[in-house]
Amino acid sequence: MIEKFDPVLLARVQFAFTVSFHIIFPAFTIGLASWLAVLEWRWLTTGKTVYEEIYRMWVKIFAVTFGMGVVSGVVMSFQFGMNWSVFSDRTGNVLGPLLGYEVLTAFFLEASFLGVMLFGWNRVSPKMHFAATIIVALGTLISAFWILSANSWMQTPRGYLIGVDGLLYPTDWMKVIFNPSFPYRFFHMVTASYLTTAFVVGGVGAYYLYRNQHVKHARVMLGMAMIMAIFVAPTQAVLGDLHGLNTLKHQPAKVAAMEGIWDTQKGAPLKLFGWPDQEEEKTNYAIEIPKLSSLILTHNLNGEVKGLKEWAKDKRPPVAWVFWSFRLMVGIGVLMIFTGVTAAILFLRKQLFAKRWFQLWCVAMTPSGFISVLAGWFVTEIGRQPYIVYGVMRTVETVSPVMGSQIAMSLLAFIFSYFFIFGAGSYYILRLIGKGPDIQEQEYGTHGVKKPPLLTDLTSETGGKHV
Amino acid sequence: MFSLESFMDLPLIWYGLISTAIFLYVLLDGFDLGVGILFPFAPSESCRNRMMNSIAPFWDGNETWLVLGGGGLFAAFPLAYAILMPALYLPVVFMLIGLIFRGVAFEFRFKAIGKSRKFWDYSFHFGSLVATFMQGMVLGAFVQGIKIQGRSFGGGAFDWLNAYSVMVGMALVFGYALLGATWVIMKTDGITQDWARKCAGYVLGYVGLFLGIVSISMPMMNTDVKALWFSLPNFFYLLPIPLSTVVMFVMLWRGLIKGKEYLPFFLSIGVFLTGYVGLGISLWPWLVPFEVSFRQAAAAPESQSLLLIGTVILLPLILGYVAYCYYVFRGKTSDETLY
Repeated sequence: MIEKFDPVLLARVQFAFTVSFHIIFPAFTIGLASWLAVLEWRWLTTGKTVYEEIYRMWVKIFAVTFGMGVVSGVVMSFQFGMNWSVFSDRTGNVLGPLLGYEVLTAFFLEASFLGVMLFGWNRVSPKMHFAATIIVALGTLISAFWILSANSWMQTPRGYLIGVDGLLYPTDWMKVIFNPSFPYRFFHMVTASYLTTAFVVGGVGAYYLYRNQHVKHARVMLGMAMIMAIFVAPTQAVLGDLHGLNTLKHQPAKVAAMEGIWDTQKGAPLKLFGWPDQEEEKTNYAIEIPKLSSLILTHNLNGEVKGLKEWAKDKRPPVAWVFWSFRLMVGIGVLMIFTGVTAAILFLRKQLFAKRWFQLWCVAMTPSGFISVLAGWFVTEIGRQPYIVYGVMRTVETVSPVMGSQIAMSLLAFIFSYFFIFGAGSYYILRLIGKGPDIQEQEYGTHGVKKPPLLTDLTSETGGKHV
Repeated sequence: MFSLESFMDLPLIWYGLISTAIFLYVLLDGFDLGVGILFPFAPSESCRNRMMNSIAPFWDGNETWLVLGGGGLFAAFPLAYAILMPALYLPVVFMLIGLIFRGVAFEFRFKAIGKSRKFWDYSFHFGSLVATFMQGMVLGAFVQGIKIQGRSFGGGAFDWLNAYSVMVGMALVFGYALLGATWVIMKTDGITQDWARKCAGYVLGYVGLFLGIVSISMPMMNTDVKALWFSLPNFFYLLPIPLSTVVMFVMLWRGLIKGKEYLPFFLSIGVFLTGYVGLGISLWPWLVPFEVSFRQAAAAPESQSLLLIGTVILLPLILGYVAYCYYVFRGKTSDETLY
């Protein structure tokens, strides 16, 4: 009975669970590290302690998040071999060096200088500390470079040949690393991380403003976040469109699943909503906008869009997952752009920090980036199915010779541990947010620091006259 | 496609590099896992804070060597990676979960108050203990040999579980505890240091015992290993290894009694090094004992070449800035919250 667990399904679920859980943390830390570098730069150049106080608050949140990212990331370096050993054996020649470079160029850099960044305040000069922050931020980006190159190679494999022994051999490293979908995926993901961080920071700033706490700091947080929303959210839409066109060129079946289109047609409508039925080969209850899909995908009202029926049934991805994840991702992207536009209008009316409904809205948008990043990864990873290396290797062929019961047991252990850890981590992060920035006590009379205002004046920005 | 194959022995170089990475992992994470193993036995809360602070800036970097071990094995010897991971599936899972619970404790502990802090103390301790024990079991299973079928693991789900691997698991717990205790001697003073010195004395006895058992049992379990160590003239060539272990062991004992602060840690490293070299010689040339050699498991020369170029440039750089980070946090650690 115990042997009836399906190892392929369980391996899929386990890998999906561990990698989805892991990506939450880098999605946040990539953006946060860069933002911390900007904060420290502002602090060092302007000398305003508000930046330092914000830095010191967020670096603690960064530490908690990074810690969870590290421990869930160590798991990933074993997950390939544990669940997909045949895949590891066959693609090791091509993918191994990319992951090796990730460790050598990024992980050591991040891990080593994180110690200086967190604990080195009184042990290194401010400049060296700033350098450590920049190095950590660079490390997160370098890490993203290699892992997205490896992932993109699985989507659009190039620069290899299949040997007589069935193993893959590299023929051109530049083609392997800079495979066709890599630049798009890299910029799309890094931008997504920046937006994720921006909406978390903005949400926290808005929360403080709403509660009339830490107003000076909250303005900086919300202000900086909204700069990102105004300029970067629309940029992401453009990058996403380019990424989509690239996918259309190299993985048209994925795009057909994203659009829920079964029959190849000219002037294809955009299905806003609907219910794709894999068996019936149609999308039920669809709400459509005529010709829009063709316009988006081919930039021509009557362009031809390939439908899923072009591929044999066993070569199609699970359509409903891809279809809905895509809508979730794009939907949140639209809300982010909307937030940016609203922020711009409020700013021009000098009301950005005043409108309470906007503060509530920003609080509600806090988790939006995470959901969107996960949905996006669901689109690209499930959309690649039934292949593990697109067009080359099917996922079912590459599973490890491990009993289903073993995978089930370890899956349960991972689920339990991760939810526990995640719960505790979220709790501590929320508490750090609840506590807010520590205001530095300064000795007055030195370095031009004025006598502190009376307690009753502290919340008003203009302040009274101090004697 | 470039390849350095024609003028260097790539598989051998990579075998050396991966072995070095794993050894560095054992040393570096060894001492911080060891601190975790000893953690709840420390005499006071402020001792525990000091112990935690002494490794907080480093644990993350130390664990990266494990990722390099895993990632490097995948890159340089994908076949070995593809066989060993399924073969050691469950102990690796338990090790990872142990590492998760101890890793997050570093951050969570300082943020928790009251009872929940106690919880993270134990999470740190048991996480370290489980991770270490599982690494020992992995080693125990590894030296007993792995069954294969074609290019895959061919054994059962619980091949790794037997009295011998349990024994090696316990041995490693004491080994890491020794590294941890001598590290604490080096990084603290006062009652924390006194206590750590006492601990080091106790665990040193067990380390000696287990070293003896493993050294005797390895040749007894495998005739090839026996032939390697006990045939002439090999015996005389290899004799310096056990001899130097014994010498360092005695020096370590005396160093502890004399109250040396730095020497015990570096001698513990020495004991680990000779043990590791001895193990390496016994298992030569197997990467999956006793089925797949490092030459059979090697990735394509083009792949090994590409990563080798990067490693030659980056590894000295990494060692340099890792050393810098240890230098920044040199000296005795305080018990105050660091940030």
